[in-house]
Amino acid sequence: MTKVHVDMNLCQSHGECAYVAPEIFELGDDDVLQWKPEVDPSLREKAEEAADACPMQAIRVED
Amino acid sequence: MERPIVIVGASLAGLRAAQAVRKGGHAGPLTILGAERHRPYTRPPLSKELLVGAQEAGDCALPCDDLDAVWRLGVPASALDLAQRELILDDGERIAYDRLLIATGSRARLWPGPQVELEGLHTLRDVDDALALRAALAGRPRLAVVGGGFIGCEVAAGARKLGLDVTVIDVAPQPMPALGHELGERCAELHRAHAVDLRLGTAVERFEGAGRLEAIRLADGSRVEADVAVIALGAVPNTDWLAGSGLGLEPGVVCHATLQARGADEVFCAGDVAAWPHPMADGELVRIEHWTTAAEQGTAAGRNMVAAPADRVPYAAVPYFWSDQYDVKIQAVGLMTRAERTEVLESDGSRFVAAGVRDGRVVAAVGFNAARRLAFYRRRLAGMPPLEELAAEVAADVKALVAA
Repeated sequence: MTKVHVDMNLCQSHGECAYVAPEIFELGDDDVLQWKPEVDPSLREKAEEAADACPMQAIRVED
Repeated sequence: MERPIVIVGASLAGLRAAQAVRKGGHAGPLTILGAERHRPYTRPPLSKELLVGAQEAGDCALPCDDLDAVWRLGVPASALDLAQRELILDDGERIAYDRLLIATGSRARLWPGPQVELEGLHTLRDVDDALALRAALAGRPRLAVVGGGFIGCEVAAGARKLGLDVTVIDVAPQPMPALGHELGERCAELHRAHAVDLRLGTAVERFEGAGRLEAIRLADGSRVEADVAVIALGAVPNTDWLAGSGLGLEPGVVCHATLQARGADEVFCAGDVAAWPHPMADGELVRIEHWTTAAEQGTAAGRNMVAAPADRVPYAAVPYFWSDQYDVKIQAVGLMTRAERTEVLESDGSRFVAAGVRDGRVVAAVGFNAARRLAFYRRRLAGMPPLEELAAEVAADVKALVAA
């Protein structure tokens, strides 16, 4: 599985990740980010796109 | 010797383009030139977290250590020879390229009046500017901000957080012109609620002081005492070095939808310098200075640089920008500058989303502390839906804030 880390000290709920990769990320009520910490490797590209799109550089993707 | 792909501009757009070029399979030489001596870093914190000391310069670095490229930093380009496919540097050195990406960004617009020889005047564009301003604010000066746009409003909010006395001066009747006058008025209320002295609808007549700034005289006759002033009058695209190259430069480097410069198929553009026809602007050229546009265009241009001509993809994303002021995150999607009016579509006390409307169609949406809702609008805006249609969708959406 591919691991998705989000540093919630950095996250400012821009929602870029949720826009780019809604399969993985979602803003919940009160705009707090929710995400799947482990995803199928087929979603790795999407997760990396989300990491690149994050204005706070809060997302890390690892195998 | 194989000519490299050359990227001129080592900030966000240039970095994303370089990464896309490698990801797209380019195994040959790749050179990145940057006018600044720094490796790529992200600029939004410069007027926010960095200014108030919540982040340091190192926190702003964009990861790029694993990128296989030759970096030449502190090296501004001074001219472009399209016929020879060569970049020319200040010292006359010529760098041949096979394909070129122009991502030279923009710079702070300087005070347009006679040059002011006073200490205490700042602009804010790069990390060195931000550190200099932060050092100046540490002396707890009275701060005047000239210009109530993004940078001016964010600096004002940061300085209030630091407990400084802040005056914001703008010739416009509201701050944040990018949001239109109705939402600009909400921004004005926000700043007043945080004890910022707003001097709107009046111009700066002159800066006064003996060696150091002491006060700013306004056209309405009033005088603002200040030890430090931030000149925040927007940005100017760095296209001067391209004068005489043959490329169209108004309102930025004129590109096709594929981000190829018109008249030079081997030259691509991304970020603040690029002007390209946007479908939401009826094909008119737009030039956008947002972080997300620079990131997306860098990736799009980099992909197109290494794609076969028939596989090049137009860049037509719905733009996104944000601004943090006090406890409010302002976010906007679409082309707000083209909106003629705004209409609040959903609201929940201080949180709301307003549509930017042009000819009855929604071309933008602005949220105040409504991040969860913006993705919906961003997906819907590409088609510029009629206002009634979008309002009906929002009214039926259980996830919407309470309908206004």
